Amino acid sequence: MIRRSFMAALLAVPFVASAQAQQTVKIGLIVPMTGQSQSTGKQIDAAVRLYLQQHGDTVAGKKIEVVLRDDGGVADTTKRVAQELIVRDKVSVLAGFGLTPLAMATAPLAAQAKVPMVVMAAATSIITAQNPFIVRTSQVLPQPAAAMAQWAVENGIKSAVTLVTDYGPGIDAETWFAKRMKEGGAEVLASLRMPLASPDFAPFLQRAADAKPQAMFVFVPSGQGAAVARQFAERGLDKSGIRLIATGDVTDDDQLNGMGDVMLGVVNAGHYSAAHDSAVNKAFVGAFKAANPGMRPNFMAVAGYDGMHAIYQALVKTKGDTDGAALVEAMKGLSWESPRGPMMIDPQTRDVVHNLYIRKVERVDSELYNVEFATIPMMKDPAKP
Amino acid sequence: MRAAAQAALADLGRWRWPEVAFWVAAWGSWLLLPEQHLLLNEVAILGLFALSLDLVLGFAGIISLGHAAFFGCGAYVAGILARLGWGDPVLGLLAAGLVAMGLGFVTSFLVLRGSDLTRLMVTLSVSLVLFEVANRMAWLTGGADGLQGMVVGPVLGWFAFDIFGSVAYAYSLVVLFGLFLVARRVMHSPFGLSVRAVKGNALRTAAIGIPVNGRLVAIYTMAAGYAGVAGGLLAQTTQFVSLDVIAFHRSADVMLTLVLGGVGYLYGGLIGALVFKWAQSWLSDLTPEYWQFWIGLVFVALVVIGRERVFGWPAAVLRRIAR
Repeated sequence: MIRRSFMAALLAVPFVASAQAQQTVKIGLIVPMTGQSQSTGKQIDAAVRLYLQQHGDTVAGKKIEVVLRDDGGVADTTKRVAQELIVRDKVSVLAGFGLTPLAMATAPLAAQAKVPMVVMAAATSIITAQNPFIVRTSQVLPQPAAAMAQWAVENGIKSAVTLVTDYGPGIDAETWFAKRMKEGGAEVLASLRMPLASPDFAPFLQRAADAKPQAMFVFVPSGQGAAVARQFAERGLDKSGIRLIATGDVTDDDQLNGMGDVMLGVVNAGHYSAAHDSAVNKAFVGAFKAANPGMRPNFMAVAGYDGMHAIYQALVKTKGDTDGAALVEAMKGLSWESPRGPMMIDPQTRDVVHNLYIRKVERVDSELYNVEFATIPMMKDPAKP
Repeated sequence: MRAAAQAALADLGRWRWPEVAFWVAAWGSWLLLPEQHLLLNEVAILGLFALSLDLVLGFAGIISLGHAAFFGCGAYVAGILARLGWGDPVLGLLAAGLVAMGLGFVTSFLVLRGSDLTRLMVTLSVSLVLFEVANRMAWLTGGADGLQGMVVGPVLGWFAFDIFGSVAYAYSLVVLFGLFLVARRVMHSPFGLSVRAVKGNALRTAAIGIPVNGRLVAIYTMAAGYAGVAGGLLAQTTQFVSLDVIAFHRSADVMLTLVLGGVGYLYGGLIGALVFKWAQSWLSDLTPEYWQFWIGLVFVALVVIGRERVFGWPAAVLRRIAR
């Protein structure tokens, strides 16, 4: 009996994707709406809803339905929810994935079911290599890390300490910052890693300061930047002469305003700022704020918005065909002007290619923003050949 | 005298029809609810985990806030074996149970010391220490990134895990049923009764010649093995292990589950798991953002309205209809 149903299940797998070639295309959006990373989920959810509101819920003759599910940032829940969405809700596309482990846990499943996975947050380089159905619209950590190191070397910083969260993207950031620093003749005095769960940054900040570097390079996941800023100030490090440099994850637009003056003048590298000077971005930020009072879009929101754009454009290209392989094929090489600036899906790696901006935190109209002052155009993931 | 005692024991261990109905329903759910296999698989695993806690809390009276230590230990053992190429699920599960039992045996001596409050702290500390060990040993466990690259073979070399969770649920249910039978047999044996006696009054139990500490060590070790098997099941059926398996909220959830279903009669954990997982899944579908609020409210309401009675309800109902 078990065996028969197992055979039936096996036979049914290839039809999961094609059986839904009906009128509704379902997109399963799995993000952390509760727990430590809930700001990621809320930003992405808000941006996805904004995209639907602005572009309508019909594309290529299909009605789009987004099924939002919470995983609380717990990997086995992500996987189970993804499985349910594929098997029960028959979604054509999975999207979201707030943290690297969540995307990694789901990758084998998406490959088995041949369902495209649009990664809107997780930023470790190796994710897109997990299966040929993964497309990323967020960022890859080696991008801002390499960009930051490049700027540091050019601006006379000879020694630095790296301070990263101890998991995939943090290690990516550490590796690529150090690599580019060494190539530029600068020195990394110490590489400190902080635990992902329940972090207390104070002792790490102190150890980093004790090494007396010219600069301290920090990466923490979206949502934890405020705590770093507070403890940096509490230890008086802002007056110690050590420069704080970071990836854009730390000076997250969502929280930057609440971090206070301690962040003023902090130089960081990122792919999106709410202050990015373009008509597309002004329209995006205006509409986002109008639809979500009290929220400011951050790089998570823009990745969610762009992820939806990639799915819509792919459906236009396939003329509504929801076959997984066809959709991924259609997404390869797509390029458009995003609120972050120009961006492209690399046809080889399915990873994001976009401008990296060097920004400085400044006060604009009584709010703190990352103000861009230098651009590295159309940067690919440096970790991929 | 001896014959009378044996008869009393046999009577206690007799199968009553609500129990039979429960297991018929459990097996029926595999046939009748194919859409729900994924959720039911989680229910079965949480049920086994809660059964394990019931053995120490409900029968032996040891309060544990760190039961996830054994669950996580089992999950990592099964996961790491599968990554190293030992993909046979049954052997992996056996190893998970045995290693967790070893851990339970070693830590049981810590639990023997002190009273309830101390036990609460000791069990909690053991799980926190283990969490940090798993986090630090990233070369073995994958750390915060989770354990990647598990390859789990087909069950008994025949039934491969499918994406519908059908094989997974059947597998978990068989394991749950088997271990439940063992637990039921043990708890209705003279050994089980002596464990209950320890809970009732340790001093008197010692006075009639039962080795109290020996009993506690034995039951704690057995429960640890059960939790390890539950963890192994989770690892094998999701083919992924993250630090979350050993996190504090697992210990808290399983305690909540057990209390919800009622302690000390074996079925509490299973019924609690069904209610807990179902409520969680239903509410988080309904409102992905605020489901934790609602689930909290429901539990608070249960406590306020019913106190002991609400949590005792499944046992009371069972007792009534069994008469």
